[in-house]
This record gives sequence, C-alpha cells and structure tokens, in this order.
Amino acid sequence: MANLVGAKIERKEDKKFLTGKGRYTADINLPKQTYAYFVRSPHARAKITKLDHSKAMKAPGVIDVFTGDCVAKDKIGGLICGWKIVSQDGKDMKCPPHPVLAKDSVNFVGDHVAVVVAETLEQAKNAAELVNVSYKVQRAVTRTDEATKFENIHEGIDNNLSFDFLLGDKGKTDEAFSKADKIVKLDVVNNRLIPNAMEPRAAIGDYNTSSDELTLYTASQNPHLDRLIMSAFNAVHPEHKFRIVSPDVGGGFGSKINVYAEDVVVAYASKKIGRPVKWVAERSESFMSDNHGRDHVTHAELAVNNEGKITGIKVDTIANLGAYSLVLAAVTPTYLYAPLLLGIYDIPTACCTVKGVYTNTAPTDAYRGAGRPEATYVIERIVTEAAKEIGMDQAEFRKKNFIQKFPHQQCLVHNIDSGDYNAHLDKAIELADYKNFENRRSQSAKKGKLRGIGFSTYFEACGVAPSAVVMSIGSGVGLWESAEVRFNATGNVSVFTGAHSHGQSHDTTFAQIVGDKLGVAIENIDIVHGDTDKGPFGMGTYGSRSLAVGGTAIVNACDKIIAKGKKVAAKMLEGKPEDIDFKAGEFILKNSNKKKTIGEIAFACYLPGTFGDVNSPLPEGVEPGLIETSFFDPSNFSFPSGSHICEVEVDEETGETKLVKYTVVDDFGTVINPLIVEGQVYGGVAQGVGQALYENAHYDESGQLTSASYMDYTMPRADNFPQMTLDYTCTPATSNPLGAKGCGEAGTIAAPAAVMNAVIDAVGTDVQMPATAEKVWKALKKNGSKKAAA
Amino acid sequence: MKSFNFKSATNTKEAVKLISGRATFLAGGMTLLPAIKLRLAAYSDLINIKKIKGLSGIKVSSKSLRIGSTTTHAEVAASKEVGKSISSLAILAEGIGDPQVRNRGTIGGSIANNDPAADYPSACLALNATIHTSKRKISADKFFTGMFETDLKKGELVESIEFEVPEKSSYAKFPNPASRYALVGVYVAKLKKEVRVAVTGVESCVFRCKKLEDALSSNFSSSAIDNVNISSKGFNADIHASAEYRAHIIKVMAKKAVSSC
Repeated sequence: MANLVGAKIERKEDKKFLTGKGRYTADINLPKQTYAYFVRSPHARAKITKLDHSKAMKAPGVIDVFTGDCVAKDKIGGLICGWKIVSQDGKDMKCPPHPVLAKDSVNFVGDHVAVVVAETLEQAKNAAELVNVSYKVQRAVTRTDEATKFENIHEGIDNNLSFDFLLGDKGKTDEAFSKADKIVKLDVVNNRLIPNAMEPRAAIGDYNTSSDELTLYTASQNPHLDRLIMSAFNAVHPEHKFRIVSPDVGGGFGSKINVYAEDVVVAYASKKIGRPVKWVAERSESFMSDNHGRDHVTHAELAVNNEGKITGIKVDTIANLGAYSLVLAAVTPTYLYAPLLLGIYDIPTACCTVKGVYTNTAPTDAYRGAGRPEATYVIERIVTEAAKEIGMDQAEFRKKNFIQKFPHQQCLVHNIDSGDYNAHLDKAIELADYKNFENRRSQSAKKGKLRGIGFSTYFEACGVAPSAVVMSIGSGVGLWESAEVRFNATGNVSVFTGAHSHGQSHDTTFAQIVGDKLGVAIENIDIVHGDTDKGPFGMGTYGSRSLAVGGTAIVNACDKIIAKGKKVAAKMLEGKPEDIDFKAGEFILKNSNKKKTIGEIAFACYLPGTFGDVNSPLPEGVEPGLIETSFFDPSNFSFPSGSHICEVEVDEETGETKLVKYTVVDDFGTVINPLIVEGQVYGGVAQGVGQALYENAHYDESGQLTSASYMDYTMPRADNFPQMTLDYTCTPATSNPLGAKGCGEAGTIAAPAAVMNAVIDAVGTDVQMPATAEKVWKALKKNGSKKAAA
Repeated sequence: MKSFNFKSATNTKEAVKLISGRATFLAGGMTLLPAIKLRLAAYSDLINIKKIKGLSGIKVSSKSLRIGSTTTHAEVAASKEVGKSISSLAILAEGIGDPQVRNRGTIGGSIANNDPAADYPSACLALNATIHTSKRKISADKFFTGMFETDLKKGELVESIEFEVPEKSSYAKFPNPASRYALVGVYVAKLKKEVRVAVTGVESCVFRCKKLEDALSSNFSSSAIDNVNISSKGFNADIHASAEYRAHIIKVMAKKAVSSC
C-alpha cells in the first residue's frame, strides 16, 4: 500500500459539507421540542432593580420563564475560569461571580438576564418582549487603558484588576537595559476581534424523565470538558447520566471552547419542563455574546548592542478580560502570551508584566492563536523597528539574532526541541524575490502607489500540553489526549478520538495515519468524535494540539493493536510473538512464507473458534476482541515556526491598503496531508490579515457594541487577497513520534505583524491595527504627504 | 420575524388597492426582509409586486433610458441597452451588494427605500431622472426628501425610472469595507444643459454638490476639482470614517469619476 502520510488526499468530509449534508446542532429537531429565547441586557452596566415576567408567562405558547432567581434557587453554579493565574504579589487572581442568568447586575450589552421557553421561536421572542426588567443604569468602562482608573465595576475587585502577572527576571533585565547601546521603544494596540465562526452557537437540552439521562447537543470544541465543567461546577447533572453531543461544528476558533450560559440554561430548562429545549444564536447574539479575542494595550522595549545583538526585552501589557473571566481568559494573555514574546531570537533576559482588567464588554478568551498572535505582533514589530533604527537589513538583523542550536532553553519557560530558522527565512526570501523588491517599489510608485514590505518570523508553542507543566501553572485539568482503536470483526476500524474536528479535517488526517499504521484502506476507517457516549474522555481541539497529542494517542493505540495481533498471529502461524513482523497490514512469520492479514487476525479475535476444533486460535491469557485505548501525555509543547513576507500597495490619496504579494514558508514538522495544511495556512493568514487591516470590535462610550453586524464589522473577503505562495521546511518535533508540530493557528499568529510591517514600511510612519483607509490616510497626512492632504 | 399576510398583485391597480393599514409593497425584499427579521419593522401585509407584468424591463430612446421598478440590479448590469446608452449606470448596478442581492434587489426598491448610502439615488439625481409612479411623475430633485424618506405617499407605487441620457457620465464609489455600501459615492454627469454631481453615503440623504457642479461646469476636467473646498459640516461620522475623511474622499472620487468619463 502506498504511503498515505504525506499524500494530498482529498478530504473525506468534503462530500457531506459541500453538498449541504452536514448535520449541525441547528439541524437537529427532537419530538416535543420547545424553543428558548434569551432576554439580554441592553445596557453595558446596570443594577437590576426589578424583574417582572408575569405578562410573559401568560403570553401564547409560553411554557416557562427562568430568571437568575430560579437558577440560584436550584443551585445551578456560575460560569468558571478554568485556568487561574497568580499575581506577582502571590495572590490569586480575582474572579467576579458569573451566574448563568444575571441576579442583581448586568455587566455588558448582551449579558444573559432571563430565558423564555415556548412552543415556537416566534412565541418565545414575542414573550421575551414582555419580560419587564427595570435597570438602574450605571456608568460603564470599555477601554482597556482606562479600566484601572475607573470605579470598581465588581464588588471587591479594586481598580478592576483581576491579576498583575509577572514573568521573567526584572533585575537581570534592568541590568541588560542599563548596559544597552540602544533601547528601542514601541507602543502597540492589539485590537479586539469577534471570532465569527460560520456556524453560530447552538444548544439543545434533552432530559429523559424516564431514565434520568440528560443529553446536551451543543456546538463545542470539547464536549468531554463541557460535561466535566457542567457536572462539577454548574451542577447541571451528574457526569455518568449526562451525555454531550457536538455533531458537525462549523468552525470554532476558540469561541466554542467555553461552557456558555446558554448551554447550561437549556440543559437546566429541559430538566425543569421535561421536554427538549432548543436555542440557536442569531448572528447578532454571536457578535454580542461569543467570547471576543485579543484587546491588549502594550508598551515594549528592546535592548540592542552596537553589533546588532538583542540583549533584553521588557514588555508591559494591559489585557482586557471583558466583564467576567471565562475558561481560558486568564491564561491566554499570560502563559500563552508572555513566553512567546521572545520570538525565535536568542534573547538572554526578559521581563513581562500583564495586568488583566475587567471592563463592561463581552468577555474575551482564546481566539485562534490565543496569546501567540499578540506576542508575535509585539516582537515582530519591535524587531523590525530595531533593525530600522540601527540601519540593518530586516532579514540580516533577524538572522543575526536567531536561535541557532537545538534544543534551546529560552530565558522564559520554553525549551525548544527543534527548528532551523535560517532555512525557512532563506527559502521565503527566495520565493518572495526579496532582492528585487526595490524595483517593484519603483514600479508601484509609477502607478501612484506606495509599496511596502514586511517580515514576520514567528514561532508558537503548540501541541498543548504536558499535563504536569500546565497544572503547575494553574490549569484545572491535564491536557493529554485519548484514543481508542476498535477493530470490528469484519476487518474495518472505528477510531475514537478525544479531539474534536470543527473544520480541522480529522476524518481524513487521522484515517491516513491509521491507514499507514495498520495497513487498512482509508475508506474502511471511521474517525468518531464529538460524543461523550462514544469513546473515552478527551480534551478536545484547540491550541493546534489534535495531531501532535491526539494523533499520537491514535498511533500508540495502533501499536497496542499490533502487539496483540502479533501474539495472536504467533499462535496461528505456530511461531513466537517476537518472530512475527508486521508490515502493510500483514503479520509475517520470520524466515517463512506464513502470514495472516490483520483482517484475519481481527476476525479470529472476535470469533475465536472453528467448527470441529476445540482449540482457540487465541493464545492462553489473551482476551478476545481487538480494541485498544491509549492516553498520551506529551513531554513538551511542539514549536512550529516560519517566515511570512508580505507586500502591500497603499493608495496615497485614499489611504487604502491592498495586499499584493504574500509568501509563507512554514516548518510544521511532519506534514500528514499537505492539502489540508494549505487550507489551514490560507485561512489562518486570511484571519490574520483581517486583524491587521479590517476587523475591529468597537464599543462606544456608553458601552454599546457599534460593530454588531456584518454591516459594520469588516470581515476579510476573497477579493482582498492575492494568490499566496506557500512552501515548507521540515525539522520534525521530538516530543511526539509523528514529528508533528501543529499548523492550525500559524497563519493567524504570523500575519498581523507581516502585514503591519509592510504597511508601516509603505507609509513611513506608525499605524495601529486595523490599518483602515482613514487611519493610513491620517498617518500619511501627518507624515507630510501632499496627495493625502490635497 | 413577526407573522404577516403575503399577497401577490397581478397589476398595479390591484397592488395599490391592497395597501391598507400596516401593509407595504415587497419587491426584491433585500432591505425589507432583513428589517422584518430583525424586528426593526413589522407589517400586517406584504404585497408582492414582482408578478406585475410591465413593471420590469428596460426601454431606450435617444434622449432617455427608462427602467421598470422591479428590474433587478443584475438585469441592469447585464443590459446591452443600458451599457450602450448610460454605461455608468450598468457599472453602478454591477457594484451593488453581492450576486444574491443583485439577482433579487430592484431599482424601484432601492430608490423607494432611499438608504443614505445606496448607489441608485445618486444616479437618479445626477442623471436628472423622472420617477414615474402609480399616481404621477416626480423629478429626482424632489423625490429624495430625507433619511429613508421620499416624496412617495402611502400606497403610491414606483413604476419606472426615466434617466436623461448624458453626454458623459461616471460613478465612482469608495465602499464601506464592511457593508460595501457607499462610504462615499460620487456620480458625475455631463448632461445636455448642465453638469450634475450627486453624492451618496455622506449625509443623511443623497445630495447634489453645487461646488463641484460649478467647477465642472466651467471646466469639465479632474484638475478643475483640485481647488474646490468641500466643507465637512453636516457630514456623517461613524466608526468607518470621519466627516473630514468623507469630505476628502468626495474630491478623490469626483476626480476619479471625471477622469473615467
């Protein structure tokens, strides 16, 4: 059989998705189903003085209305922060109460106040208009840089400061700065983004009054974790009687990691009324109430010596957590961010502080890249400024500071196992035709366009994560992954993974791995995920972890299958297990022509007998069946890296920026399916370009979200992009047997810096993200452009 | 979406007769239906006028181009007649929304809605159009009265729009990056008797820019615009553009339009 790993195999899941046969939560309709509609806060900050739902209760079709009082009375727990951070003074971070339905106060526009359950959606919506909530409106704070100066929005959380985190060595770093020949300073804003998964969130609670089993269908990236949290913390239902199904899920980007209020409430409401309760987010609800991403304000300084070597870095960031702290809200701007500020440079010392602040905005959490895009933006912008200030070529300055030897223990946290940074930068420079850039700049100038070039040489910590390490720094769970490989008697294979595919193409990638490993045709392998009743507990998909961690669990389970198969084959072939070779789906007795296919072995494992023969084909002590489970806990993170080179043309009259050339060379370690990886990179870059040029979640002074629809929130579109050039280098990861490093977030991590470095190169002065036409126009005017001022 | 009665009319008279109480006409529904879905609007009855024969179609003479109110943007964009007589109008239609919107949305719906950032109203003003309704003829100058407001009376149905065929014309649009409506749209037309410049996306309602008209009347060239001073007073300011930026872009778009005339 030809190698499947490394082959450009078309996605197994394409057919259903491209022909509209996907089955999403919203596609599921259950007998006797009811509909939920949420009453949400129209105010950014207010006290609830009175809530009267008596009129709504009498409205046609209404079955029940639930409020904060109901969930409190039934002891439904609030939403949690799953990974807690300790401040530099040794104190735990502060988390405000976060009830699933507001009790006394609301803290952002869209905050969940009550839910109406009715026979039809229209009836629920009509009745929701009759829920009379009296609010005492208070002043709100939305801006990241104003939060600590504003009055306390949560009782007992002074200066709205959740934590004041420090990573690094302040003394040593101060010393490096005192000896520096040059100190480069930079202020950057990492704009707030709204994830915008194509499928809005949805949930159906289905309580079986006979069996006392509760099923929750929900668009989640991690159904097992959801069940754990909802059982242990929200006290919705005991774990063994609770099933969560996350069927086809149309994109997550981190926004479907959290257990949301709506998940808990529909499950709770179904138990209360004894019928299924369905909720599907309207797009405007997604804008308001999905977790947002990014939203940092940062000051960074880089110490450099006269030879062009970086001698230290200092970064101070304020991260906007929004109104509450969600599951990964605190780790995202701290441990997922601060260590990455070193980039791929050999920097001897660093010191980073992060203040996590509460504001009256939608809570922020992981969003594609989660901390790493923010960090990469800081380091790649400041490295570019440094090269400019000391008059060195962009590429040369980077290379001079690249880590050259591996493994490399960075001065913050990470021990990078493998990489070759010169290799991908050299390849990118070649493919981008860097040497002729100035010619292209002149050509553009002739058309009246300002051309700029920008680099971003990034790395990321993926394959999350070694359990002991993450739990030592506050994670509430370990981040291993599980797999069960189940041979069926007829020789086909069901593979259960704890990872979850919501666009990552696991059905294909994992089948390729199993196909090669066991010598089974890809069409005879089924990848099963997204249902807590099928397969073992798993941690889900985020942090580019599925292949490196989940894929490895599958490989290990396959190895166990082969080991058992060898024992069975030995008995059947009349040899010893150690004399059995396994290759391409066949067990072969050494130095003989005797062999059994893996299908025959599976058959024998399930039907261990032959008519007229009392001897079992199974060796003594070997149990029937051919099912193996593996839990893999990685020894380290994996560290993908790469080089992006972007060229833009800026219209001097209007300030419009057009992406004209984009080159990417990534080192993802072993690539299983280049076609799927390409898709991940294209999509990732598009999202990163979105942040750099278009996307911005905007709250006005009163806390209203003014970018709450596609009329006002600018998504990147196909016509914003040139054909990109993609290529790879490969240094395999050493922390997993596949050698895989992860690719799902890379594009989004690297692109913002590449694009902004290009814009700033074109404009000649600083511009903050998103570089909208007006912002660039203003920068051009300030910089003395006559055309812009005309 | 709140429930409503859906009725189809087969002729204009019937359509007008069906309007009573909280009823309104439905053509392409590209604005009306989202507004109803979002509960920004609610009606007892929607009167479908798409089945009325004669409301759709394009007629050309040497002096004018007449487009039926239920003609879709896609039909205008693809029309050879429009391309020959007023090509800028076909280009404008091609730039509205996305393919779905262009295949459903209609010219009559667009002007009756009078979105402050819609494209067609600027064409009507610049091309000195006459709006033919079920009751009367209204000149474009009098038709667009304010934000989402027109001179149409209740139950009055737009039947067709008659544009004057200009000597030269062009539409330059600087799209809102999110919605791709006009952040600034400038329609320049050199008519037989006058030069007209209409601007959309900039104020609460489409308007003619007298300063640009004066400058171009004496010298129809992009350089004539250089010295025009556009005041941003009263211009829209939002998260996409300040009033000052819009004022600047009017000039850039006007020059672009004149250059491509």
